[in-house]
Amino acid sequence: MTTTEPTSATETSRPGALLTVTDLCAGYGAARVLDRVSFSMGVEAVCVIGRNGMGKTTLCAALTGMLRPTSGQIVLDGRHLERSQPERIARHGMAYVPQGRRLFPSLTVDEHLAMLAKGTRGKRWTPDAVYELFPRLAQRRRNGGAELSGGEQQMLAVGRALLLNGKLVVMDEPSEGLAPTIVDALIDATHRLVDEGVAVLVVEQNLRAATEIAERQLVMVSGRFELETTAAELRASPELQRRYLGVDA
Amino acid sequence: MQGESARTLDANEAASAASTPAVEPWSIRSTRTFTTWLMIVVGVAVALWVLVFARGTSAGAAIDEPGAFLVTLLDGLTFAGLLFVVASGFTLVFGLMRTVNMAHGSLFLLSAYVAIELQQSMVGKDRNIEASDVGILQWIIPLLVASFAVAVLGVVMQQLLLRWNQGQDLRQALITLAVSVILADQMLAHFGGLAQRMVWPGAVVKFFEIAGERYALSRLFMLGLALVVAVLLWLWLNHTRMGMVIRAGVDDQEMVRALGINITVVFGITFFVGAFLAGFGGVMGASFAGVAPGTDGQWLLNSLIVVIVGGLGSIRGAIAGSLLYGMVISFAPAYLPSQYTYYAIIFTFVLLALVLAVRPYGLFGKPE
Repeated sequence: MTTTEPTSATETSRPGALLTVTDLCAGYGAARVLDRVSFSMGVEAVCVIGRNGMGKTTLCAALTGMLRPTSGQIVLDGRHLERSQPERIARHGMAYVPQGRRLFPSLTVDEHLAMLAKGTRGKRWTPDAVYELFPRLAQRRRNGGAELSGGEQQMLAVGRALLLNGKLVVMDEPSEGLAPTIVDALIDATHRLVDEGVAVLVVEQNLRAATEIAERQLVMVSGRFELETTAAELRASPELQRRYLGVDA
Repeated sequence: MQGESARTLDANEAASAASTPAVEPWSIRSTRTFTTWLMIVVGVAVALWVLVFARGTSAGAAIDEPGAFLVTLLDGLTFAGLLFVVASGFTLVFGLMRTVNMAHGSLFLLSAYVAIELQQSMVGKDRNIEASDVGILQWIIPLLVASFAVAVLGVVMQQLLLRWNQGQDLRQALITLAVSVILADQMLAHFGGLAQRMVWPGAVVKFFEIAGERYALSRLFMLGLALVVAVLLWLWLNHTRMGMVIRAGVDDQEMVRALGINITVVFGITFFVGAFLAGFGGVMGASFAGVAPGTDGQWLLNSLIVVIVGGLGSIRGAIAGSLLYGMVISFAPAYLPSQYTYYAIIFTFVLLALVLAVRPYGLFGKPE
C-alpha cells in the first residue's frame, strides 16, 4: 500500500496551484468542525471523501464563504479569500453546487439561467451552452425548479454554477439520490469540465462516483485530511472503503 | 429510455419520501377536513345572509337592493386596490430581507404630507383647493415626487440603520419602530395636527350612475392606478433579471450570494421599491380619505393585516389579502343589522382568526 501521509501546510503550497488551503479552521459557535485543513490543487478533479459528520459540507461552506473561517488561508488563483463575502468569492471564480441542489422553487429552469446570463456573453458558458451540455434541461425550460426530477435538478444546479465561468467548481454530494445513469452523465460532465480547464472539487460519499470523477482522493476524518490516496487504491481496498466510507464489502 | 425514466422516478420518490412523511397523522387530516368544511359553511352562510336574509341592514338584502350590493362590492374592490399598493411594498421588503418595516406607515404618511404641500404650492393656494383647480399634472407630479422622496428616505434608512443588522429580525423591527416614532413626532411638528387632504384632479371627480346608485369615478381611478401598479410589479418581478434575482432571494438568499450576486444592491433596490409603494399608497390614501397624525399607525396595521391574511412575502398573497380585507371592511358595516353596525370592526379579527386557523402562515405564506 503506497498511501502517502498527509502533507504539512508548507509542502502543500505547490507553485502554480489554483487553490491552496492552509490550516483552515471553521466551526459553528464553540464547536470546531474543521481542524487545520490543508491541501492544494491545480486544474484537475479532486474528491473529498469521508463518512457523515466528518466536516465535508463544512469545508464547502468555508471555501465558498458561507461560513467565515476562524483561521487559516484560502488562496484561489493568487488571491486570499478567507475573509471575503460569498459573492466576492463566487465572482473570483469559485462556483458552488450545494448539497441538496438548493434550486429556487419560485423560478423556472430558464429563469435560473437567465438571472445569471448577464456578463456571460462571449464567454464559454452561456445559458445556451448549458442547454447544449444538458439537452434534457432544454426540454424543461418552462418548468419550475421544484418540478424537475432529481437528475434534472442536479443538472440545473451544475449548469447554474457554470454560468459563473469560474476557475473552480465545488460540488457537494452531487450524486446523492440520483439514478446510476444520471450519475454517469454527471461524471462525464465533470470530465469535460476538467478537459476544458476548469478545476473540480467534489465531496462524495458514493464510492463509484468518487472514484470515477477523480484520481486524487482526499480522505476527511473528524475535520481534517487523514490521508491522500488514489481512486485505484480506494477501489482495490475493501479495508479503506470500510474504514473511511463505511462501505461493507 | 424507459428503464431510465423509471429509475429517475424512483430516485424522486426516495427524495420526496425523505423530506416529508408519506402518511400524515390522522389528527392533522381530520383537522384539515374540519377546517375545509368550516370554510364552506362560513362562506355559504355569509352569501345567504347577504343575498336573502339581510333585510334589517343598512344595505338591505342583495336580491331586494342590487344597487346597494354593487356599491358595497365596488367599495370593497377599490379599497382593496389601495390596500394592495401599500401592502405589496411591505410584503416585498419582508419577503426578501425578513425585515418587518414598522416604519412603513410613516413613509405612507410622510409621502402624503409632502404631496399635499407640493400640490398646494403648485396650485398656489394653501387651503380650500377645489377639484376644478387641480389639473391632472398637479396630482401626478406631487404623487411621483413624494413617492420618490420617501423611497430615497427608505433606502437611506436601510443603508444607514438596517444594513449592518441584516439577519437580526427583532433588532431591525425595533429600529424601524424607533424610526416611526421619531418620524411621527417630526411630522406632527412640521405639518400640524389637523387632518389634511390631497385633492383629486378635477377630471376624476365625477359621479356616474350604476344600478340606480351614484358612484364616484375617483374611486375607480384609484382602483385603476392600483391595477397599473400590480401589472408593473408583476412585469418587474417576472420578466426582468432583477425580478428573478429578487424571487430567488426570497427563496434562498445565501444561495443567491453564492452565485456571485451582490445581494446588498438587490436589498437597496427592493427597499427603494417597497418605500416607493408606501409613498404611492400614501398619496392615493390622502386623496381618498385624507391623512392626520395616527394615519401612519393605522396603515401599518392595515399592511400587517393584509400580509398576515395573504402570507408574508408573497405578492399573490398581498392581492388575496387585500381583496378579503377590503371586502370585510366594506361588507361588514353594510350588512350587519343596523343597530350593530358599530361592531363591524370585529369582523376584521374574525377574518384573521379564520384564515390563521386554516393556514397559520397565511393564504400564500410558506413556513420559515
